Amino acid sequence: MLDALLQLLPQVFFEGLLLGFVYAMIALGYTMVYGVLELINFAHSEIFMIGAVAGVEVFRYLVPVIPNALLLLLIALVIGAAISGTVAVWVERLAYRPLRKRGAVNRLVPLITAIGVSFVLQDLVRLIEAIWHNEFFLRINSLPALEQSFSLLGIFIQLKSIILVVVSILMLLGLSYLVNRTKLGTAIRAVAQDMNTAALMGINPDQIISRTFLIGGALAGVAGVLFAVQYTTISPYVGFLPGLKAFTAAVLGGIGNIPGAMVGGLVLGQLETLAGTYMPTLTNGNFGTEYKDVIAFLILILLLLFRPQGLLGQVVKEKV
Amino acid sequence: MSKNRGNGLVLAAAVASLLLLLLAPSTLTGLVAIAAVGLTAYLRASMPVRALSLALLSLGCTLGLARGAGGEVLFIGLVAVLVSLITIPNVPGWIKGLLGAAILLISIPIAGFANSFLFELGIQIGIYAAMALGLNVVVGMAGLLDLGYAAFFAIGAYTWAIFGSPQANHFTAGGFPLNGNFFYLFMVLAVITTAITGLLIGLPALRLRGDYLAIVTLGLGEVVRVLANNLDHPVNLTNGPQGITPVERPPIDWFRSLMGSIGIHLDAKTDYQLFFYLLVLVVIGIVIMVNVNLGNSRFGRAWVAIREDETAAKAMGIPMLGTKLLAFATGAAFSGAMGVIFAAQRTFVSPESFTLLASITILGMVVLGGMGSIPGVILGAAALTILNIDILKSFSEYLNSLRQSGATVLGFNLANLPNQFEPAKYERLVFGVVLILMMIFRPEGLIPERRHKLEAEEAKEGS
Repeated sequence: MLDALLQLLPQVFFEGLLLGFVYAMIALGYTMVYGVLELINFAHSEIFMIGAVAGVEVFRYLVPVIPNALLLLLIALVIGAAISGTVAVWVERLAYRPLRKRGAVNRLVPLITAIGVSFVLQDLVRLIEAIWHNEFFLRINSLPALEQSFSLLGIFIQLKSIILVVVSILMLLGLSYLVNRTKLGTAIRAVAQDMNTAALMGINPDQIISRTFLIGGALAGVAGVLFAVQYTTISPYVGFLPGLKAFTAAVLGGIGNIPGAMVGGLVLGQLETLAGTYMPTLTNGNFGTEYKDVIAFLILILLLLFRPQGLLGQVVKEKV
Repeated sequence: MSKNRGNGLVLAAAVASLLLLLLAPSTLTGLVAIAAVGLTAYLRASMPVRALSLALLSLGCTLGLARGAGGEVLFIGLVAVLVSLITIPNVPGWIKGLLGAAILLISIPIAGFANSFLFELGIQIGIYAAMALGLNVVVGMAGLLDLGYAAFFAIGAYTWAIFGSPQANHFTAGGFPLNGNFFYLFMVLAVITTAITGLLIGLPALRLRGDYLAIVTLGLGEVVRVLANNLDHPVNLTNGPQGITPVERPPIDWFRSLMGSIGIHLDAKTDYQLFFYLLVLVVIGIVIMVNVNLGNSRFGRAWVAIREDETAAKAMGIPMLGTKLLAFATGAAFSGAMGVIFAAQRTFVSPESFTLLASITILGMVVLGGMGSIPGVILGAAALTILNIDILKSFSEYLNSLRQSGATVLGFNLANLPNQFEPAKYERLVFGVVLILMMIFRPEGLIPERRHKLEAEEAKEGS
C-alpha cells in the first residue's frame, strides 16, 4: 500500500501546488483589503467567482472566432480582471464607503454588509446567467491546445496548469513590486498604517482604498479565469469554499502580510490535496474526500489557538 | 384640534376596514386593513382610540380568516397589529396583554383551522423567532458574531431525529424509535448537549476577536454540515444527504382530551399543528423570560460592556472568557431545543436545513429587527419568514401562471421568460439587499434597543 501511496505523491504534490496558487491569488485580495480597512471582505470570494464566470463567457463567445489558445486566454484574463476589478471598486463605493462616512459604530456593521454583498452578487450572477443562457451551471468551452499534456518525472502536466503557475507567480511578483517599490504602494501602506495621518500627508484615503479594491479585485478576477480553465465547471456559488479557504490561507500566513498570504495558500493547497487523496486510502474508504474541507477548518482553528498571528505574522500591539 | 382629527380618522379607518372585511374578505380588503393599522400607528390619536382601533382591526382580520378568505394578507395584518401593540408608546399593559393574547391564542388558531398553511407559517415564525432570540443573546447582547448558529440547531434536530426514528438501529442494539414521550426528555438533553458543544467550540474560539470568531463559527457550521452529509459511512449515524424520516412525535392524547374538554374537537392533522404552535409559544415565552432576566443580570451588563468596548471591560475586571462563554452556551442551548421541536414537527431532518444560508437568515432576523431588542428580533423573524416561505413563493407561482398563460406584455411573450427565473430561488438576493440597506440606513434595526439607539445618535453628533 505504501508503494501505491508513494507513487501517487509527485502528482498529488503538483495538484496541491496548482490549488495552492489559486488560494494564494485570492488570499492576496483578502490580505490587502484587511491591511487597509481591517475588514474581512466576504464579498471577495464572489469577486473571484465573477472572474470565473467572465472567463467562461469569453471562451463561450470567442472560441469559434479566435483559434489561438494563448491569445484567447490572454483576452479572457484581461476581461476577467477588468470586470472583477470594476465590480470590486463599485462594491466598495456603494456598500462600504457609506458606512465609513457615517463613522461605523460597531465592527459588526461592515462585516454584515460584506455578507450581504456576497449574497447579492451570487444571486445576481445566477439571475443574469438564468436570463442570458437559461442555465447557471456553466462548463467552460476550452480549447484542445490548452489541454495538451505531457509527462514529467511521472507527473501528468497540462499546458493550462503551467500557465496557471507562471501567471500567478508573475502576478505575485508584480504585486510585491507594486506594494513595496511604487508610489501607489507606499500610499497604500501609509493608509493601512494610519488613515488619518496619511490624509494629513496629502493622500486621499478614499482614492487609495478604491485602488486597493481595484488591484485586489483584478487579482481575484485573474484567479477566477485560471480556476475556470483549470477546473472547468463553474456555478455562481463556486466562490464560497475557495474564498473561505483563501481566507484561511491568509490567516495561516499572517493576515495583512503579502508573502504570508502566498505561503499560506501553498501550504493549505498541499494539505488539502494530500488529505483529499490519502484520506480514503488510509481509512479504508471510511472517510471520503469530502473531509478535506473539515481539515482546512480544523487547521484554521488550531492555528488561531496556538499562533493567532500566523506563520509569518508579527504580534500586533492592540490600538487602544 | 389636530389630535381630535387624528382620533376621527383612525376610528373611521378601523370601522371602515372592519366593515369591508365583514362584507368582502379578500386580499384587497386585507391591504386596506394593513393600511388602517399603519394609520393607527402613525397618526397622533389618543390612546383609547388607538387601542379600540387595533381591537377592531384584529377582530376584522380574525373574522375574515375564519371564513377562509384573504389568506396570508390578513395574517400579515394580525402580525402588524401585534407589532403596533408593542411599538406604540403609552398603551397600558393590560390592553397589550389582553389583545396580544387574544391574537396569539384565538385569532391565529382560528385562522389555522380554516387554512392549515397559516398554522405552518405561524409555527415556522415561532421556531425562527425563538432561535433568533437565542442568537440575540450572542450577537445582540454580547456582540459576538456567530455565523454558524444553524450548527447548534442541526445538533439539536439530529439528537432527536436519530433516536426518535429507526435510524439508531443502524449502530446500536435495536429498540428504536424511542417512545414519543422521550421527546420532552430529548428537549432537555438537546439543551445540555448543545450548551456543551457551545462551550467546547467557544473555549478556543472566544479567545479571538470579532472577525476571527465569525470565520471560525462559519467554519464550524460548514464542518457540521459536512458531517451531517457524510456520516452515513462507516457508521450510518445521519443517513447522509437523504436525511432521516420518519421522526417520532410526542403522543398528545392528553392534549386532545384537554382540547375536547374546552369544546374544541380536532382532526388528526390540525391537533398536532395546534399542539406544536402552542408548544412553540410556550418556549418563546421561556426564552423571552430568560432573555429579559439575563439582560438585567450581572452577566447582561457585562455582555453590554464587552460589546461596547472589550478593552475597557477587561480593564474593569470583567472575566472575558467566562462571560462570553455563558452567552455562547445560552444561545446554543435555545437553538438546540428548537432543533428538537423542528425535527418532530416536520418528522424529517436533512442537512439541507442547516446551511450557511440558514445561519445568515437567523442573523438577518436579529439585524433587521434590531440587535438586542426582543420585540425587534421577533418582528425580524416574522418579516423574513413570511417573506421567505410565503411572499417569494407566491410570487413564483404567480410568475409560473403568467408563463403558462402565454400573455404578451409590451411585445414580450411571457412564455419566453426563462424558467430558471423563479423569485423563490433568489432569497439570498433579497436577504443580501435587506442586510446592506439596513446597515447603511438603519444599522440599529427596525425596533432598536434603547442603548443601540443612543449610540447611533451619539455617533451622528460626533461626525
